[in-house]
Amino acid sequence: MSSLDPRVNRLHLKEGATGPVHTNSHLITWEVFHQEKRGRQHVHVGVVHASSPEMALIVAKEAFGRRGKTANLWVVKTEDVYTFQTEDEDMFETTPEKTFRDPADYKVRDRIEKFQKQQLQKV
Amino acid sequence: MNNEALKDLLYKMADDALIIGHRNSEWTGIGPMLEEDLAFSSMAQDKIGHAKALYQILHEILGEPEPDKVAFLREENRFKCCQFVELPIGEYDFSLVRQFLFDHAEAVRYDMLTSSSFQPLALLAKKVKGEIKYHVMHADTFLKQLGTGNEESHARMQSALNYAMPYALGIFEKGPFENELIQQGVFAGEEAAKNKWLEKIAPVLQAAGLQLPEISDDKIIYGGRKGFHSEYLKPLLDEMCEVVRLDPVAEW
Repeated sequence: MSSLDPRVNRLHLKEGATGPVHTNSHLITWEVFHQEKRGRQHVHVGVVHASSPEMALIVAKEAFGRRGKTANLWVVKTEDVYTFQTEDEDMFETTPEKTFRDPADYKVRDRIEKFQKQQLQKV
Repeated sequence: MNNEALKDLLYKMADDALIIGHRNSEWTGIGPMLEEDLAFSSMAQDKIGHAKALYQILHEILGEPEPDKVAFLREENRFKCCQFVELPIGEYDFSLVRQFLFDHAEAVRYDMLTSSSFQPLALLAKKVKGEIKYHVMHADTFLKQLGTGNEESHARMQSALNYAMPYALGIFEKGPFENELIQQGVFAGEEAAKNKWLEKIAPVLQAAGLQLPEISDDKIIYGGRKGFHSEYLKPLLDEMCEVVRLDPVAEW
């Protein structure tokens, strides 16, 4: 008996023996969020095709949970994700300038140290 | 403890895992969709990992040759896998139904072995519990999805189930050491495993709208455990072992 492996057998396909190409158009997409440890945030890692949330979880497990540590996964229908329009990105243009919103912008280390010294002297 | 009895049990489990792992890996690259191709391939790797762990116990504790040697250099009639795992992958309906029937049987078997008096096996059973839980979850999810999908998917799953069932029951073929294994608390036996398996698969089949075919005892396909195999095992072994057999002592 020759090989039963279809990957070997398909090499002998006759001309025109292949059928129409089916796409996954009957499946919807699901956004996958990966959680590395319990209590950590879920981080978006990619997308899977599936017909139901159960199927989405089943395939997401190997697509995004087969390497490294995983505590849990979320799947969310792509159509349930709401976003701004790409052209509205200009709303965020000036934020990097507003460094006063960043704690690193406040040089208070010397004042803290001075305060700590004072406290120590009191004791 | 009777070493021959332990060997018989470990070899049949390991050979089942190796052969089903090799068969299922034949879907790699041609699975029905990318995500499922990946999942099915990963699970096939898991099975081969289980086989290796069992061959390792056979080697280290029971004095059998190294895992690579027993996996790749044994003759066909020395394999103790059931004929169910040898069958070609067929269409995806059959491969999924086989996964459903085989992996539930494996889950039941390992669950029983978590309390085995043979420590190495009890430890392994605890270690692989999570992997097998996912395999079963994968199988159950697909079975329900396709069993209740549309007329064609339902008919395909039912007919695959009808074809698979006489082979699946062959998983529980009794060996010559059945009573010893039970008495020594190694494994509670094939009959007990089969009954637990039937209890596990019944509710899933029902939820999938599928009918468990009635199979009379004389229709069950036995023989694998005694080294009698289907016509499909030999070509699989020839292919799987082709490279190793060119030079069995080569260093990789």
